[in-house]
Parts: sequence; structure tokens; C-alpha cells
Amino acid sequence: MTIITGATVDRADPQQRQKLAAELRELLPSHCVLDQLEQLKPFECDALTAIREIPLLVVLPENRDQVQAVMRYAYQNSVSLIPRGAGTGLSGGASPSTDAVLLVLTKLNDILEIDADNRIAIVEPGVRNLAISEAVAGHGLFYAPDPSSQVASSIGGNVAENSGGVHCVKYGLTTHNIRRLRYFDHTGELVTLGASGLDAPGYDLMALMTGSEGMLGVVVEVTVNLLPLPESVVLLQAAFPDMEQAGLGVMNIIAAGIIPAGLEMMDQTAIEVVENYIHMDLPLDAEAILLIELDGTEAEVESQLGSVKAEIGKFGAYDLRLARSAEDRIKLWSGRKSAFPAMGQVTTDFYIMDATVPRRHLPYALRHIVELSDQYSLRVANVFHAGDGNLHPLVLYDASDPGQVERTEKLADDILTLCLSLGGTISGEHGIGQEKLDKSCDQFSTVELEQFERVKRVFDPLGRLNPGKAIPTPHRCAELGGLHVHQGKVPFPELERF
Amino acid sequence: MSEMVDRDDSQQLVERVEQAREPGGRLTIIGQGSKHFMGCEPQGESLDTTDHCGVIEYEPGDLVLTARSGTPLVQIEQLLAQQGQCLGFEPPRFALNGSAAGTLGGAIASGLSGPRRPWAGAARDFVLGMTMVNGEAQRLHFGGQLIKNVAGFDLPRLIAGSMGTFGLILDISIRVLPVRPAAVTLQHVLPASEALAKMIEWQRQPLPLSGLVYGQGVLSVRLSGTAEGVLSAREIIGGDELNDAASWWDGLRDQTGAWFAEPGAVRRISCAAAAELPEIGGEWVLDWGGAQRWYRGDAPLAMLEAYARKIDGQLSCFRGADRKKPIPLADPRLVEIHGQLKSAFDPHGVFDSGRLLVQPPLAAGLQSSFLSDPAAK
Ligand SMILES: Cc1cc2nc3c(=O)[nH]c(=O)nc-3n(C[C@H](O)[C@H](O)[C@H](O)COP(=O)(O)OP(=O)(O)OC[C@H]3O[C@@H](n4cnc5c(N)ncnc54)[C@H](O)[C@@H]3O)c2cc1C
Repeated sequence: MTIITGATVDRADPQQRQKLAAELRELLPSHCVLDQLEQLKPFECDALTAIREIPLLVVLPENRDQVQAVMRYAYQNSVSLIPRGAGTGLSGGASPSTDAVLLVLTKLNDILEIDADNRIAIVEPGVRNLAISEAVAGHGLFYAPDPSSQVASSIGGNVAENSGGVHCVKYGLTTHNIRRLRYFDHTGELVTLGASGLDAPGYDLMALMTGSEGMLGVVVEVTVNLLPLPESVVLLQAAFPDMEQAGLGVMNIIAAGIIPAGLEMMDQTAIEVVENYIHMDLPLDAEAILLIELDGTEAEVESQLGSVKAEIGKFGAYDLRLARSAEDRIKLWSGRKSAFPAMGQVTTDFYIMDATVPRRHLPYALRHIVELSDQYSLRVANVFHAGDGNLHPLVLYDASDPGQVERTEKLADDILTLCLSLGGTISGEHGIGQEKLDKSCDQFSTVELEQFERVKRVFDPLGRLNPGKAIPTPHRCAELGGLHVHQGKVPFPELERF
Repeated sequence: MSEMVDRDDSQQLVERVEQAREPGGRLTIIGQGSKHFMGCEPQGESLDTTDHCGVIEYEPGDLVLTARSGTPLVQIEQLLAQQGQCLGFEPPRFALNGSAAGTLGGAIASGLSGPRRPWAGAARDFVLGMTMVNGEAQRLHFGGQLIKNVAGFDLPRLIAGSMGTFGLILDISIRVLPVRPAAVTLQHVLPASEALAKMIEWQRQPLPLSGLVYGQGVLSVRLSGTAEGVLSAREIIGGDELNDAASWWDGLRDQTGAWFAEPGAVRRISCAAAAELPEIGGEWVLDWGGAQRWYRGDAPLAMLEAYARKIDGQLSCFRGADRKKPIPLADPRLVEIHGQLKSAFDPHGVFDSGRLLVQPPLAAGLQSSFLSDPAAK
């Protein structure tokens, strides 16, 4: 990825913008079409602020019919569309383009039905993740996938990114927790996938649609599975003198047959930054802190808590803190959860990364990241989902210093390469978007990319849905050399490419 | 315990696919053939996977196992059991010549899941990654060994349940789960309506459920968890404890139990758990807490179809029925997508076994090799 610094320039063609706006105002209420620079500016990026562009046009339809009208118009007039939910994506999946209309779905935010007996809710794509759990809490139910962005991120975006969260060690990702989807295909026709039951006849197209980053269709309705709220929840925090031991602690909890609801880790840099920010008396000599959440019936949780303490005790866990009440748990979680604002106190800019490694390689990966951090003279803090090996290195840098920006890009690239070499992947939950297109060339072979491309063409033969995201063309990779690549700078740039 | 064989037959398998790209070539992939009865009558030359077997990697602490597709399920389960782990989705091991059979490839390609499915997830939910050979004889690897992996389209889960029609699966990485330390099965004798009401009520509560099935007048509840957890949940459920419960659940899972042994075609309806009960004479088994309903009886197909439609469910002919009947897909667009996706993986129709046929499209001009009569190629 190349980090963009400085102000964004409006590069769109004003005439095209004007014409589109006029025509779309025939289909939508005027206020649903944004074409003024000051209106467009807030949509210049998603939460990956390093990639920015002033969109050609933004439309905010208010209901399903209006979405369909826009999509049919786009099909008939050869206009590309970029679907967007709440814009909390961290890989530039919803980042705009100068030649596509940004289709924002946040106004479709009704919960259409709650069926407590079948433990499902049917919702529109713009419904916020947390709003679902809030709406069904009265029935003693909740929606399990809980990305840290759950206050803001939309279910449509969650489906498009196959989002996970703190609790997906136990409850899985979005793909495991939905049963029916309705989407508009590239021509603007409604298609229904999945069923009212637990499976549907034919191919599992819902699995394919989930995580497809707006490339295959525009999701307008999601039926989510709900689970009974657990009777009891406890949160245990434990410090470890060194990273190796903490990693072994993680492995052993799981090998002992316990699947915690959440299993999060903070490394020493993160502990230090967080402690300076919220003063909760965290042990500054610890190399790692684990947060272990257990849920279930009371009896179940108590017996598991005993086993967890015994397991981590074998690996030098100290400074154990236990929170039982909801209030105490929030307090104990606040260290982990304030990591982002805390970083804001010590740096002007930070880059949130996302990659996974098999759990057994966590200690090695974290040590190596420390070495890379020294090598590039940039601080890296790690606050992440240890239970599923999902790292989120936060690279702290100063965007006004070109040298630091360049080093950040290189460091990030090296971290992804490291994770790939350990059998991991370049994205655990934030998606490829625009950010990691080039890095995908390292993860997939040409024939694999061609297979992706053929699948994409079944759904979007004209390439009008979120063009240029998520799946690099084999051509793009070939141009990069298809080898190990640093930030679009191929090794031996002086040599001719085919 | 049967000896685990470790043999990489992928080179030969890929060559067979390569050869089948010639005009007229068509393969039907066979594991152990334990699910041969399912779906449409298979067509084409058999491609046997059982020589491609063995566990490639198993990391209990990472909850992941990678094995070749021809590995017998029974052997995988034995290996997992040694580490106190299991396949969470309880794949059926339909019996062949009297003993439990099935390969890992077959389990994933058919996508079937056992009684624990509503609480643990389905076969496809456990698939983390796979290497496959498409109809162009290209070896492709998708996904990985991790539950969190959102790079590229989620093709492994699409391929799960596709009955070998996209290509040959060479190896699969699968998430495994710890065996819960304690389990108990409790039974109540109840009429169907009360049983369904109980199933709905319990599923709305945070109980350590792992099986909930009603048949022949008996509601059976399986609880799995820590000893203390099971003990406390047991007080809520009540009823009589079933002895030898493990083999009883295996009978349901592998369809070897008394109910399945009776003669007659078995049909299946997949629906919302709380969907209203049928008023159709014959024998019903309500599994998956009501979401999977098995039927055996004399009712005409049209009557079952009408019931399925009424409850927004899906009817399929599971065992012993007319095997020429394609899967009904309501929407012609879906039929079109099925045909085109199939072609995207298998343009020459190498894997047109006819095993997974979809309803021929209503509109003309949508024909593809996949959709046409398998015998016609
Ligand atoms: C502080 C912070 C914490 C985060 N924590 C997590 C976390 O713990 N786990 C996690 O997985 N992610 C996390 N994220 C990332 C992000 O919140 C998720 O990816 C989220 O699902 C994006 O939802 P959104 O509505 O904001 O989508 P957007 O960012 O608007 O869009 C994301 C992608 O979805 C597509 N899209 C959106 N809506 C639709 C639709 N209706 N139909 C088709 N395509 C659509 C877009 O084209 C784009 O490709 C975090 C982000 C932030 C800022």
C-alpha cells in the first residue's frame, strides 16, 4: 500500500458529475444525491485514511426500491458502483473513485423482523451491528459477531467483509452466523440466497457472497442467527513475564479443551502506552497481558475458570485480575479497548494492520515484529485476537515526515511477508480492499487469481461492482512481477518485465 | 485401530483429470461410495480417491487438521480422539457392508452434518482451506489453516457441499474441536406439539445443548459440557437418562438406527426450527431442534411439497427415491448462477457427474452442460 499524505484533490470530471447527478435526481429525492465538494469530502475514504479520493458522486437511497432504481440506472448507463456501509472498513474496500458512484446504504436501517422462537432477526444492510443485539436483548438473545467497530459498522459491511470480533474464537465470523441474504445483482434484480432453515439446496452461494467485499452484489437484507445470552460471563486478566510463556498459555488453554468466548493479548509496548493513558496499574514489567473471557451457564463457567487458572499458572501467569459483574468487566476491558485512543496520545498517525498466523507461531511472530520495529526505528504496538492468531500490529508514525511514511510502508509489507511465511494470511478480518491488492499477488498464484476472476465474472460480467478492489487481476500481479514485492516496487526495477 | 496409510496420489489424480478434458471424458469422484445413494444417479468414469490418503498435519493446540481427501473418516476420528478432540459437525458415516464408512473428501463434498449441527455448525463451517483440482486440471489452493482468513473469495466453503461437481478436492484443512468432558442424554415421552414447544423453549435458553430430536413419541435431549455444567442443566431439562447414549446418537448420525433401518424412501425437509408441525400421515423425526425433519410414509410428493412451501422449507428426496429429480431452485437466476459457476470451475464438464442437478431453467437460452441431461453428453 502507498500512504497518501496531504490534502485530497478533486479529480473527477465536473460535467460527468453534473449529468449523473441530474439523472439520478429523477430517480431519488434530490437530497439523496450529493454532488457538492463539501458534501463529497466526508466520503473521500473509509477508516483507512491513508487512501483517499473525492468520489465522482454519492447517493444515499432511503429504501430498497431506490437502491434498485440506482442499480438499474447504473446497469443501463454503464456506470460503476461502489457499495458503502458505515465506512469503518480498514482496507479501503469502500474507498471511492473518480469514475464510480458511491452507493451508501446507511439509510436502509430498519430491523424488519425479530423471530425469537426461531432465534433470527431480519435486518436491512444499514443496521448497525450493535443495534441488533440491543434490539433483541429483551428476548434474552444476542447477535454474536462483534467487531470492535460494532457501535458504528453496518451489517451490510460486516457481511461484505465477513467480519469477526473479540468473540469469534467461540462463536465464529459473520459467515457462521447468517442464514439468508437478499442482494441486487449487477443488473439491479433481487436474488435471495440461503433459506429459513439451516441449509439451502444447491451450491452454498451465501458463503461465496460473504466476504466478497461488494464485488458480487449489493446486499439489501440479511437474516442473522441469534443466540441465547449466556447466564454467566467472567473476564480474567493475567500478566506473563515473557511472550513465549504467554503464547504457550494460549495454546494450552485451548489444548485443555476450553474454547474461551474471547482471548485477547496486549504486548509490552501496548501495555506501556495504555497504562500511561488510563492508569489502571498494569504491570509494566510484563511482556504480555492476556484477557480471557468465559461464558456459559454458571456451573460451566466456574469449572472452566478453575481449569484456565491451572493452565496459565503453569506458564508463570501473575497479577491475575478477575471481573464478574458487567460493570467490573467493562472496567477490566477498558485497557484493551482504550488502546486506540491511547495510541493517539503518543503519535500523530498510526497504521492498523491485520494478518494472521497459526496460534503456535504467535510468540515467534511477535518477537520478529519487535526486531523489524527496531530495524525500521518505528514503534509497533500489538493489541490483538490471540485466540485466533489474528494480529493487529499498530505502526506508530508521523505522516509529516516522508522518511517515516516510507519506512512504515516497508515495515508493514515485511510484517505481512512474515505472516505468510509462517503459514498465515495477509488478512484475518479487515479484507483486501484497495490496501492489500498487491500483497495478494504474494498469497495467490496466477491460476488461483484466474479462478477468482471467473467467479467474479459470473456475478458481474461487466466489472461494474466495486471495480479494482479485493482481487487483483493476474495481469496486475504479472506487472508487479508476481514475486515478492515491496510496495509496488518490484525487485530489480531496472529489468524489463514481460 | 486400523492402520493409517500415508500416500500422496495427487499426481495420478491430476493426470486423470487432465485426460478427462478430452471430448467425451467425464469423471465421477468416489470416496468410499458410502453416500452413493444420495442425489442423482452418478454418470461417468469413476475417479477413486481412496489411494490419496493420510493426515498431512495435525496441531491440537491450533485446533486444525490437514488431511488428504481419501482418508477414511473413521481413522481421522480415531486420531483426534487420542488428543481429546473431534469433528464438531459429526459427519454421518453411512455404513458400507455393515461398517461405518466415508472419506474426509466425501464428507466435505456432500456437506452433511450430524445431530450437533445447530449448536456446533455445519460441515462447511469447519472448512478452513483446501487444495483442489478444477476441470482444467489446475491445482488450486484456497483458504488456509486459520478460522480468520478473508483474503480472496471464500471458495473452500462454496466447494463444500458441491458434490464433487466443481472439481476434485485433494486435501482439506479442517477446524477440530475439543470433546466436551461430560455428556448426558435425557428423554421425555410427549406428543409432538408439546415436544416442539419444549425444543423451542430450551433453544432459547443458554443451555449446553448438543442434540435435540423427537421421534416415535420420544423427545431426546443431549447435553455436553463440563461435568458441573451438564449436572446443572440436567435439572432444568428433567426426564429419564438414556443408557448407552453414545451408540444411540451414532444411530441417528449414521442413519443406522432403528427408524432409518425400516424400508421406504426417506425424505427431508429443512426449515426454521419452530415451523408448524405437518398434518401428514406417516412417520416423522424432528432433528436439529426442529430444523431438520425426516419423513417416511405414503403421502404423495405433492402433499409434502405443499407443506414445505407453506412453512418456507426445502424438501429433498434423501434416500430411496426417484434419483432423476433435480434440486428445485425457485429462482431462474439461481439456476443460471449455478450453471455459470459450474462452468467457471469446469468448462469442459469433466465433473458433470450429474450428481447435483438443478431444475432446468424455465427460460430458454440458459442451457449449459451442467444443466443438461447428464446422459446426453
Ligand atoms: C476502530 C475499528 C475497529 C475495528 N474492529 C474490527 C474488528 O474487530 N473485526 C473486524 O472484522 N473488523 C473491524 N473493523 C473493520 C470494519 O469495521 C469492518 O470491516 C466492518 O464490517 C465494515 O463495515 P462498514 O459498514 O463500515 O462497511 P464499509 O467500510 O462501508 O464497507 C466495507 C466493504 O463492504 C462493502 N459493502 C458495504 N455495504 C455493503 C452492502 N450492503 N452490500 C455489498 N457490499 C457492501 C464495501 O464496498 C466495502 O468493500 C474495525 C474498524 C475500526 C475503524
